[in-house]
Amino acid sequence: MEFVFFLEQAVNGLVLGGYYLLLALGLSLIFSVGGIVNLAHGAFYAIGAYVSLEVMRHLGFGGSIVITPVLVALLGILFERFLLRRFYTADPILSLLVTFALAMVVEQAIRMIWGASPLPSTMPAAFKGSVAIGDFLFSRYRLFILLVVLLVMTGIWLLLHKTPFGRVIRAGVQKPDMVAALGIRLQPYMTAIVMLGVATAALGGVLFGPIAVVHPAMGSEIMTVAFVVVIIGGLGSFWGVVLAAMLVGVVRGITIYFESAAGEASMYVLMFLVLMFRPRGLLGKRIERFE
Amino acid sequence: MKYGKQNTGASIPRRTVLKSGAALIGSAAFGFPLLGNAQSDPIKIGHLTPMTGFLGALGDYAVMGIRLAAEQINAGGGLLGRKLEVISEDSVNPQVASSKAQRMIERDRVMALMGEISSASALAISQVAARNKILFLNTGARSDTLRGKDCNRYTFHIDIPVTVMVNAAGEALARDGLIKGKKIYALTADYLFGHDLSAAVRKFVKAHDGTIIGDELVATDVTDFSPYLLKIRQARPDVVACNLAGNQVTNFVKQYAEFGLQYPIAGFNLNTADAWAAGAGNLSGIWPTVWHHKLRTPGSEAFVAEFTKKYNKIPENHAWIEYISLRILAQAITETKSTDTDKLIAYLESGAQFDILKARKAYFRPWDHQLMQEAYPFTVMPPDQVKGPQDFLVFGDPVPAPDQSLEVLAPPKSENTCVM
Repeated sequence: MEFVFFLEQAVNGLVLGGYYLLLALGLSLIFSVGGIVNLAHGAFYAIGAYVSLEVMRHLGFGGSIVITPVLVALLGILFERFLLRRFYTADPILSLLVTFALAMVVEQAIRMIWGASPLPSTMPAAFKGSVAIGDFLFSRYRLFILLVVLLVMTGIWLLLHKTPFGRVIRAGVQKPDMVAALGIRLQPYMTAIVMLGVATAALGGVLFGPIAVVHPAMGSEIMTVAFVVVIIGGLGSFWGVVLAAMLVGVVRGITIYFESAAGEASMYVLMFLVLMFRPRGLLGKRIERFE
Repeated sequence: MKYGKQNTGASIPRRTVLKSGAALIGSAAFGFPLLGNAQSDPIKIGHLTPMTGFLGALGDYAVMGIRLAAEQINAGGGLLGRKLEVISEDSVNPQVASSKAQRMIERDRVMALMGEISSASALAISQVAARNKILFLNTGARSDTLRGKDCNRYTFHIDIPVTVMVNAAGEALARDGLIKGKKIYALTADYLFGHDLSAAVRKFVKAHDGTIIGDELVATDVTDFSPYLLKIRQARPDVVACNLAGNQVTNFVKQYAEFGLQYPIAGFNLNTADAWAAGAGNLSGIWPTVWHHKLRTPGSEAFVAEFTKKYNKIPENHAWIEYISLRILAQAITETKSTDTDKLIAYLESGAQFDILKARKAYFRPWDHQLMQEAYPFTVMPPDQVKGPQDFLVFGDPVPAPDQSLEVLAPPKSENTCVM
């Protein structure tokens, strides 16, 4: 019986890992391709949650899942064109500062537009409740989140590995100078990657809004875990981020099973151990750019 | 291949970048002053409350409440012919709260400190107040130890303490047969307030023949409760006790509804703003509150009307508590015709009565500086009766009942270790 409980936590951790993956993948993409640590990533998550509440009023929950990430991706164009583009070759501290400032501006803007109090947000009634599969209990809504994450991840993987677009991106990560020498401008690709990155963050906000508190500082709440996942996974590695997200989810679940007070500390211990034995992360590639 | 060696040049700058990133995220925790600017010789009050973090939404209401009170007092000619100036700042955490309190005393020359929702920060400020021999009105922090072993002569407490909250909700739970002989599983916020609340709940449950079969400590920044919900289900309790705080409560009740767990919730701490954020259809259980906007007294109705007119939203309990706290201080200053700390303390300890917009007037107990007042249990309307996003709570009659002493729910002197 005890072992079943243990296993239940591990499986639940995998489900949660899917959500972490959604938050971390965009951060990793923008960093791998553009060399920019986007501290405003959480801000797009928060924008996603808030915009979703507005979209939901007109188009319902289903409409919001599709429309909100698209709207935020359009914001991503402005973000890339007017801010990030100036900093690809600059001192990294500048892009850190500018994205950090943007995160604060967005948080305050949300406070001014929607107010500082958390907004009520709820999921369609059909998703409420849980299903038992064998001995394991799953929230119906989280299974749905997992399904969406799987679809999105499959899409992104196919995009990066099976299309000409993806080939350029991957080449750009490894040998940007060579790509330039071949006469390919990386900038439009970078715009697309930023759109994709912030859209996945926004999708995270749309999906997690109904089961978390929608409040102005919600963006900074997820930044830490997104960072930890990216660092554990290793930079520039799609599967590294996937693996790390699952690992963080499972380790957290199991830690809480044994000692609940240590739950949030578990991911830092995990990061510490990984960095001790594998400084470039689990599946991190050697990247010779941006030094 | 020794990738470590080859990689040195490449990896260090990137890691430095990430580290600086983490440091920046950390510094985001520091808030910025809202009000400021000295005028010629106003009476200055230092107001500290969390405006960010898991209590930030509540602190926002607190700032609105104190601003309304200050405006009304100034519109009526100020105090002792001087203008009243309230300096509100984000208290962030105990360390920042402590240094801001010190700075307000030294640089801004405030005559008194007010505020707080976080018990940990309130404790830090109360120590600064005692060291500087300056008055501190702890408005919204509820931990018992603040008015128990950590009490001091310079600190007064407005909000109901943890024990009163537990007793107020507990009596209602015991009446519904949810304590005696029942297995209770608790989730507790992992900081001073939560630990205090957990201790009070244990005591209450033990005295009423229930059993606590589990008590999980939950970090204040937790947003995902699924592992805890699984543990609750694995333990199969009769009742789930919620000793959480701020956003935690909202997250918890939303995800509890998401998983569709059916054990009744015994909640011991829920602020109206957090209840609204949880949304109708997610919230369930029996909870205590110190004040609510549907209170039918002329004072409360006038306050709700003024507040709604000014801010275009309904006040919640932290707006009310900051509002009446500033008025309590104003009454003390007016009555003693002084801003002298010792005179004010003597007045507050004298058993003076304060109109706090409730049916009965309130007073401070001189030996632990706790304001004695009514509290109210509340529950949630059945789904088909919900009237609106902020209209789904059902508030009960005040406790203690009108014919009882206001002190029946509070810890008696024999159980309180406060020595001033």
